[in-house]
Amino acid sequence: MIRIVVGRDPIDIGAEMTLAEGAAGAGAVATFTGLVRADDSVGMLELEHYPGATEAALTRVAEGAVARWSLGAATIVHRVGPMTPGERIVFVAAAAPHRAAALEACAYLIDRLKTDAPFWKRETRGTDARWVEARDTDTAAAERWERH
Amino acid sequence: MAIEMLYFAWVRERMGCAQEIVSPPPTVTTVAALVDWLAARDATSADALADRARLRAAVDQDFVAMDAGIAGAREVALFPPVTGG
Repeated sequence: MIRIVVGRDPIDIGAEMTLAEGAAGAGAVATFTGLVRADDSVGMLELEHYPGATEAALTRVAEGAVARWSLGAATIVHRVGPMTPGERIVFVAAAAPHRAAALEACAYLIDRLKTDAPFWKRETRGTDARWVEARDTDTAAAERWERH
Repeated sequence: MAIEMLYFAWVRERMGCAQEIVSPPPTVTTVAALVDWLAARDATSADALADRARLRAAVDQDFVAMDAGIAGAREVALFPPVTGG
């Protein structure tokens, strides 16, 4: 099962876990949740995306994980629009028969998503808004999956 | 050849629009040449697209390198490096 959700609604982790745990052959579910940090007095974070291309890119990432680790389920839920510190931006889950595959696939999903999907973050501090710069460490994290 | 241009994040802000239809001449055959052609139109476009090293592109929603061809393209998007997750 591949589940891709891109939307403005808050992420319901309980509902997503229930779906992932229901995947055929699931004996382990690993998840990652990304939150809006309150770094340097950030008051608001806005996520812009490329509708259509985003969902297609996330589907390719999930398909890659399912094929590589024989997953029963791969879930990617990503919020867009305005958010405040503490809110969930992204949730990924990988369901597999055993923990090693689930844990590795979960890391793969979030690493690849960061470099392969067209999202852009804009932080607002007081009245000052700025676009977040891409980080080389994210590219390195994504590329490590190509080497082995 | 009409192409729908899409702009995201600071490219959109600097261009002053999220979308436009353009008709480059047949000599414009790559994304890089399209960016050059757009930037040559006016000062706003030139400023928005000045930092070529920080521009990324998609042709018909596939991410491509700047030297990719645009023959038959219906939609070309220009944007900064992505920052999701």
